[in-house]
Amino acid sequence: MSDMDQRRFNDYQKENRFFLNRAVVAFLFVLLLMAILVSRIYFLQVVEHERFSLLSENNRIKLQPVAPRRGLIYDRNGELLAENRPSFSLTLLKEEVDDVDSLLADVASLVELSATEVESFKKRLKHRRRPHSTVPLKSRLTGEEIAKLSVNFYRLPGLQIEADLVRYYPHPDSLVHAIGYVGRVNERELKTLDPNNYAATHYIGKLGVEKYYEPLLHGQVGLQRVETNVRGRVMRVLEQEDPTPGLDIQLSLDLKLQQFTSKLLEGKRAAVVAIEPKTGEILSLVSNPSYDPNEFVTGISFDNYNALRDDKNQPLYNRAIRGAYPPGSTLKPFTALASIDSKSVPIDHKVWDPGFYQLSENGRKWRDWKKTGHGRVDLNHALAESCDVWFYDTASKTPIDVYSDYLGRFGFGQVTSLDLPEAGRAILPSNEWKKRREKQPWYPGDSLNLSIGQGYMIATPLQLATATAVLANRGKWVRPQMIKSIIAENELTAEQTEIIQRLQQKPTLPDVELNHPEYFENVIEGMVNVVNAPYGTARKSGAGAEYTMAGKTGTAQVVGIAQDAEYDSEALLERQRDHALFVAFAPAEDPKIAVAVVVENGEGGSKAAAPVAREVIDAWLLGDYTSELGDD
Amino acid sequence: MSKDFHRSVSPDQSGLRKQRSLWSYTHLDLPLLLLLLALCVAGLVILYSASGQDWAYVERQAVRMAVGFAALVVLAQVPPRVIMRVGPWLYLLGVALLVGVILFGVGAKGAQRWLALPGFRFQPSELMKLVLPIVVAGYIARYTLPPNFKAIIISLVLIAIPFALIMKQPDLGTSLLIGASGVFILVFSGIYWRWIFLSAGVLAASLPGLWMIMKDYQKQRVLTFLDPESDPLGSGWNIIQSKTAIGSGGLSGKGFLSGTQSQLDFLPESHTDFIIAVIGEELGIKGVLVLLALYLLIVGRGLMIAVKAPDSFSRMLAASITLTFFVYVFVNIGMVSGILPVVGVPLPMVSYGGTSIVTLMIGFGILMSIHTHKSMLRR
Repeated sequence: MSDMDQRRFNDYQKENRFFLNRAVVAFLFVLLLMAILVSRIYFLQVVEHERFSLLSENNRIKLQPVAPRRGLIYDRNGELLAENRPSFSLTLLKEEVDDVDSLLADVASLVELSATEVESFKKRLKHRRRPHSTVPLKSRLTGEEIAKLSVNFYRLPGLQIEADLVRYYPHPDSLVHAIGYVGRVNERELKTLDPNNYAATHYIGKLGVEKYYEPLLHGQVGLQRVETNVRGRVMRVLEQEDPTPGLDIQLSLDLKLQQFTSKLLEGKRAAVVAIEPKTGEILSLVSNPSYDPNEFVTGISFDNYNALRDDKNQPLYNRAIRGAYPPGSTLKPFTALASIDSKSVPIDHKVWDPGFYQLSENGRKWRDWKKTGHGRVDLNHALAESCDVWFYDTASKTPIDVYSDYLGRFGFGQVTSLDLPEAGRAILPSNEWKKRREKQPWYPGDSLNLSIGQGYMIATPLQLATATAVLANRGKWVRPQMIKSIIAENELTAEQTEIIQRLQQKPTLPDVELNHPEYFENVIEGMVNVVNAPYGTARKSGAGAEYTMAGKTGTAQVVGIAQDAEYDSEALLERQRDHALFVAFAPAEDPKIAVAVVVENGEGGSKAAAPVAREVIDAWLLGDYTSELGDD
Repeated sequence: MSKDFHRSVSPDQSGLRKQRSLWSYTHLDLPLLLLLLALCVAGLVILYSASGQDWAYVERQAVRMAVGFAALVVLAQVPPRVIMRVGPWLYLLGVALLVGVILFGVGAKGAQRWLALPGFRFQPSELMKLVLPIVVAGYIARYTLPPNFKAIIISLVLIAIPFALIMKQPDLGTSLLIGASGVFILVFSGIYWRWIFLSAGVLAASLPGLWMIMKDYQKQRVLTFLDPESDPLGSGWNIIQSKTAIGSGGLSGKGFLSGTQSQLDFLPESHTDFIIAVIGEELGIKGVLVLLALYLLIVGRGLMIAVKAPDSFSRMLAASITLTFFVYVFVNIGMVSGILPVVGVPLPMVSYGGTSIVTLMIGFGILMSIHTHKSMLRR
């Protein structure tokens, strides 16, 4: 018993000793480990402090591009044609989203998301330009939508509402064909753009003036140093180098005239181009039907786009600058000028018109529009009455090369406009052209057709208006252009000056110098008589005018008519009826406006097109914006 | 009632009561209590910053700390011999629960660690953290120390069972900590140093074997530890960002609430396992040293209690609890500062998280019980 106790006691002594020993060893061990930790912390916080500070700064600070404000577009009177409006869009930061699809489903339960929006969102998401950049999902949120989304943000990480400036066209339908529109930058455009300058830009000019003056309107990107969190969300802006806003531009368009013109064309498939002959400034450029470009800015839905694309009246088609029409008799002042100035026929050339013309005896009968013929016809009557036979006869005496030369000098068959990037060339036929295109020589019959603006000859309303303006100028060439001036608040930078120079640099045509400049007056006299003489084809449209108007009617065949058949408009389908054309300028002695009007399937130029031109000229010259056009 | 009681007390006894301080009466240890309170306050302050200034986190953590202190006070009243006696039963319960976790547990991030009981979720490995040293100490204390070979083997088996079960969950960090808490008992039982070194050598030799049974994510952590730059955006991210946070803090830090790494979410797990990086970034090396000093004082006080403990069971248990606490601190700061692999060990009392705090407080409750109760064995 006591033995046992004794041993326990001894053990206890021994135990005490070694336990103290172990405890001391343990504490020393603890101190050693603590020393390791402290030296490690010292290494990180003192020795390597600089390096880690830099790493930490690089983590949080990012350079972000800031989009410049797009330049505004004004008309010649300072009316705003294209502006920037704040718009709120729902955007997504992918880094904060685990499952995009389920997030989209959540969003769709709050606000309407169309299939188009989802699809284009996914496309944009796939081709995101930079990591940590937000991708727009839905544009132009309404106040109600913003409210609905905002209260749910706590459970929808990665979503935010961003304010952006979005292009807005206050006069959509009447202007789109004249100034075009902007839309979201697409992948293809990205490849050709300066990636730095466009780093923050979402919209780019897609058509028209917006496209041509993109380098001016866009401006220079700015930069900001921002503090972001780990997912790239911007917490605050540290520094900002402001972007240089795009330059505002003033167009030569007159908004009032433009709107008035488009009202005149309501319900028609038609185009009007009005040019100031002295400057080439385009006053009005209308193609009808039209559409709302605002839809295209943030992305039009597939359904709406398809509806526009498949519309039989082709609202997307810019008839004014791309419409390819046989000019018909509106070409006659130019072909007449070619024949007489080249001395192919004398100035007093007269022809007996029995209602038809034959190149050879028993040959094909080339009809005059007037079955009974015009009798004895000179240049003046040929123009005023639009006598075809006079032209057939002169055509038989005028070489094709002469026609091609003179017509080319008036701008036919080329793009001569400065800043309408979509303008079409149309066709100016020539001997060489026919050989290339048809692998056939030029036949005399081709010249007959050309002399009355039919056959191979194709022109756009813009070309007709331009040629008319040059004719009105008695040959002084003017380049048609939309721009009137560039509005710069500050002095232009060297870069801007260079861009402007580049944009102005386009080959222009020389003045049309005739062998007999006085012949301009002969032709113009004929055109004045078209509108003013009792025998003029468009005398109704000239009636009561306070100024002298010169014009020329045209009726372009859409379908060929067989040799002995009669043109019977009743029997023809609406779409096969003739196009009505009219070119005019006024006042004849001191032209202030030149106009070309094309009304598709409008039948007679004098009936459908000339009154429109008269209204436009009245409006411009007299400020008379009341339309006397009837419904018929 | 109390009046009656007072009246019945003899002057002699009341004199005795005067000698006993309030602290021995309540079985609490004032220095340790104050150190823990200081640590908790520091933890709450830094949590406010680490949680992105979210009072909700701070409040929940404060509630847990209150529960922890309550548990501490309760445990301090339980005499060590009672603790020793219930040990084996709790051990059996713990093993059963660990098996239950493997069979019915609910998982998080590919590991099953939780047992969903009605009303709350419970992590049986936390129970085991407390119970294993109690059982091993209780078992060894039955024999003369140092323990003989058989006792050592049986102790090792007692350690191995929960170690293996927790490893299987898999939770390498916790299983190593629990294993360590058992091994500390053996170290303090006085087994020969040569045995300790021998086993350490065997353990080192078996590391390749451990590698074989590790899960992929555990292997990844080790690989990441060895070369964090190999996958800077993936598994290396945490450690790169935590080192950057600490390193950029410098001497005095970027200022409270101004750490860019933590406030801008570059530092992951900033309010849980990686919270020391927030201290390092915002308060600099000064803040870290203050915290380390607090931990060192707590460990010193714990070892002092162990040395003063009246019997083998108590001193072994007290030493094990104290050293395990220190291992938490070392492993956590070691992993966040990049000298140890990331094993998912919280920083005691500072990291956000419930069970860990309560477990640690219970452990300190046992320490206080040991310090304030008389010897359970007659001397």
